[in-house]
Amino acid sequence: MIILEAKNVTAGYTPELNILNKVNLKVKSGQIVSIIGPNGAGKSTLLKTIFGILKPREGTITFKGDDITGLNPDRIARKGISYVPQVNNVFPSLTVEENLEMGAFIRNDDFTPQMEEVYELFPVLREKRGQKAGQLSGGQRQMVAMGRALMLNPELLLLDEPSAGLAPLMVEMIFEKIVDINNTGVSIIIVEQNAREALKMADHGYVLAMGKNVLDDSGKALLANEEVGRLYLGG
Amino acid sequence: MEELARISAYLVSLAIMAGIYSVFCLGLNIQWGYTGLFNIGIAGFFCIGAYTSALITTPKPTGVYARYVHQLFGLDMPFIVGLIGAAIVCGIVAYLIGIPTLRLREDYLAIATLGIAETIRLIFNNEQWLANGPRGLMGLPQPLSWLVDPKHYNYVYLAIVLTVVLIIYLLIERAIRSPWGRVLRAIREDEISAAMSGKDIFKFKMQALVLGSMIMGIGGALYAHYTRAISPSVFTPLYGTFIIWVMLMAGGSGNNKGAILGAFVVWGIWIGTKFMTDMLPYTLKARAPYIRFLFIGILLEIILIYRPQGLLGEEKRVSKLVE
Amino acid sequence: MLELIVYGVVFGSIISLGAIGLTLVFGIIRFANFAHGDLMTAGAYVALFLVTGLLGWLGVPDTNFGPLSFGWRMLIAFPVSMAAVGGLAIAMDRILFSKLRAKKSSAVILAMSSLGAAFIVRMIILILWGADSLFYRPGMLRHAVELPLGIKIRPDQILILAIVVLLVGTLHFFLQKTKMGKAMRATADNMELALVSGINTEKIITLTWLIGGALGAAGGILYGIDVQLHPYMGWNFLIPLFAATILGTIGNVYGALWGGLIIGVAQQVSTAFLLPTYKPAVAFMLMIVILLIKPKGLFGGSSD
Repeated sequence: MIILEAKNVTAGYTPELNILNKVNLKVKSGQIVSIIGPNGAGKSTLLKTIFGILKPREGTITFKGDDITGLNPDRIARKGISYVPQVNNVFPSLTVEENLEMGAFIRNDDFTPQMEEVYELFPVLREKRGQKAGQLSGGQRQMVAMGRALMLNPELLLLDEPSAGLAPLMVEMIFEKIVDINNTGVSIIIVEQNAREALKMADHGYVLAMGKNVLDDSGKALLANEEVGRLYLGG
Repeated sequence: MEELARISAYLVSLAIMAGIYSVFCLGLNIQWGYTGLFNIGIAGFFCIGAYTSALITTPKPTGVYARYVHQLFGLDMPFIVGLIGAAIVCGIVAYLIGIPTLRLREDYLAIATLGIAETIRLIFNNEQWLANGPRGLMGLPQPLSWLVDPKHYNYVYLAIVLTVVLIIYLLIERAIRSPWGRVLRAIREDEISAAMSGKDIFKFKMQALVLGSMIMGIGGALYAHYTRAISPSVFTPLYGTFIIWVMLMAGGSGNNKGAILGAFVVWGIWIGTKFMTDMLPYTLKARAPYIRFLFIGILLEIILIYRPQGLLGEEKRVSKLVE
Repeated sequence: MLELIVYGVVFGSIISLGAIGLTLVFGIIRFANFAHGDLMTAGAYVALFLVTGLLGWLGVPDTNFGPLSFGWRMLIAFPVSMAAVGGLAIAMDRILFSKLRAKKSSAVILAMSSLGAAFIVRMIILILWGADSLFYRPGMLRHAVELPLGIKIRPDQILILAIVVLLVGTLHFFLQKTKMGKAMRATADNMELALVSGINTEKIITLTWLIGGALGAAGGILYGIDVQLHPYMGWNFLIPLFAATILGTIGNVYGALWGGLIIGVAQQVSTAFLLPTYKPAVAFMLMIVILLIKPKGLFGGSSD
C-alpha cells in the first residue's frame, strides 16, 4: 500500500521563486525510495515540504491516506514521520542520551525500549551516552541524528544526505544501518548526493532536476540506465 | 501685535531645536539609514561636539575666575572654528572607537556605543580639569550677535542653523549618489555579498561612522551655542540618543528628507505633549516630563510595528544610473 | 582589598541573576534585550509597592527577621514580584517582540524595540514613584557582622548570597533534570531541530521570558535591599549585565553566573584605584577586551 504520496507539489522559500514545480512522489509501505539529482534540484526542499517545515503553495501530500499538506512539523511527527536534516542535526550541548530523549519529546509513555533499540543499532552511542553530542565525530553525530529520529518509532523516515561529509568507511556503515532500519519495517525516503549507493539500496528511485520530476523507475533500472549513469552517476 | 511677536519667537526657538536635531538625524542616517550601523551612543558625540566647540570658543579662565571654572584649554576662537573643531574631534574619536568595535555584530556594536557614550559622560562629569565637571561651562559665545539686538537674536541663529542643515543635506545627497554611497547601501542590504564583490567593508563602515559622527559633532556645537550653557547632565540617553532615533525612524531611515522631516515632526510632537501635560492637575505636574517621554517611547514602538519605514520611507533612487 | 572582593561577590551575584536572564533570552530568541535592566528595576519597585503599600493595607506584619532588614512582607513580596515581572516580560514579548519576529525583523530592530520598551518601563516607574531614591526600610541602621579574616559583611548580604545560590541551584536542577528544562537547552542549541522534534518552541520562548524576568526581578529586589531603589538602577546595570553575559559566552547560563561574579569583583576592586563612579566604565572596558581577544566569551565555542 502507498504510505506517502506527493501530488503536484509546488513550493519555495521566497515569494518570487518556486524551488519545486509540480513534483510527484509515491512511496510504498516498506520501501526505500531514493531521490537523486544535481545540486539545487530541490531534493532537500522536497523533504522539508513533506515534513511541514515548508508549506506547499500548490499540490497535496497524503500519509497513509490522511492529508498532511501544510501541517506543522510537530503534528506530522505525531502521525509517524521522522526527519533527519542534513546539517545541524543534533543538539550539540546536550548529551547523546539527552538528544535521544528529545527525540521522544512528544511521547508521554516510557520510551526506554526505544532507546534500547537505538543503542542496539548503534552500540557506540551506548558507550558515549553521557558525552555531549557536539564533541562526537561526524559519523557518530550522524548516528545520534538518526537515533533521535527513531525514538518516535516512525513508520516513515526522511533522511537528508546522511552520508554528507563522512569518511568512506563511515558512509558504508551508515548505509548498512539504513538497510537495517528498513528491515525492521520502516519506510525510508533518502535524498543523496552519492547517487550510485542511494540507487543500489533503493526499491524505487526518483530523479529530480530544476525542481521537476525527470524520471523514476526501480533502483536497479535507474542504475542500468545509460543516460542516468552519464548525467548523475558520474559516468 | 505683541502676541504675534511672542508666537513668532516661540516658533523660532522650536525651529532652532528641530533644526539642530535635524543635523543629528542626518548624521545618524549615514550610519544607520545607509550603512546599517546601530549607534546608540549618539549622546557621546553630542557631548564631545558641544564641549569641543565650547572649549575652542571660550578663553581659558584666568585670575579669580580660574578658581571656579576649570578648563583643559580655551582658545577663544570664532564660532566657525568651534564648529569645525567639533567635527574634527568627533571624527577622531569615532575613528578610535571604530577600530575595536566595527567588526562586531550589529547588536554588540550597539552595546559598545552605549558603553562609550556612558564612559564619555562619566569622564566629563568627573574630570574637573577637563571642562569644569558637573557644573559645566557657561556663557558660551553667540556667533554674529553683533548683527541684531538680543531680543531678535534667535532669528539670526535660526538662519545659521538652517544654513548648516542645508549645506550638510546637499553634501550628503551628493555623497550618497556617488559610487561610495552605493557601496554603503550594499553593505546594509547584504554585507556578505558586498564583501565578496571585493570591497573593504571595514573601510566603508569606518567612513560612514566617522562622517556621521562629525556631523553629530556639528550638531553638538550648534546646540552649545544656542543654549549658551552645557553640562554633562544635558547629554542623557533620553535627550541625546533616544529621541534622535525616534525622529529618524519616524521620518524614514535611509532618506535624508525623512531625517529632517522626522526631526521637525517629533520635536513638534514633543512640544505638543507639553501643552497636554500643562493641563494636568498640579499633583502630576512634576511627573510631566516622564509622561511626555512615555508618549514618545510608545510612539517609537508603534512606528516599529506598524510603519517601520517611517513617514517618507527609504529613497528609491539613489543613483542616476537606475538600479 | 579582601572586603572589596567580598562585596564584589555580593554585587556580582546580583548581576549574575540579571545576566542569566539576559543570556537565556539572547541564546534562545537571539537578540540583545535592552529592557532587561529595567525589568530588574520593575521587580524592585513591584516589591516596594507590596512591602510599603498593599501588604501593609492587608495587615501583614512587618517586623524584621532577626538581624535582617526585612520581615514577612518582603518574604511574600519577593516571589510575587518575581512572578509579576515574569508576566511583564511575557507581555512585552507578546505586545512587541513576537510581532516583530513574525515580520522577520532583524535583530537590530528587535533591539531597538527593546530600547523603547526599556524607556517605557522606566517612565512608568518615574511617573508612579518619582525620581528620588527610595528604601524598603527607610532609616534602618545597617550593622555589619564580622566574619573570620576580619571581613565585615551585613547579614542582608549573606542572605543575598544564599538566595542567589538557591535560585541558581533551582534553575540548574530545572535545566538538567526536567523535560522542559532539557527542551529549553535543546531549543537554545538548535531551534529548527527542536521544532522538528516536536518541541513547542513558542512555549519555550514564553518560559524563557518568564524565567528571565523572574530572575531579573529577584536581582533588582536584592539590590534594593542591599543599597537602595531608584528608577535608573536597572539601566545603570545594563553595561555590567551585557559585559557579564558576553564574558560568560552568550547562551551559557553558567557562564553568565561566572561573568557576573567576575564583573562584580572587578568593579569593586577598581574602586581601590579609580573613582567609584567609573565602575560601569570598568565593566565596559572588560567587555571590549573580551570582544577583542576572545569574542566568543570565556566559555567560547558555544553554538551561535
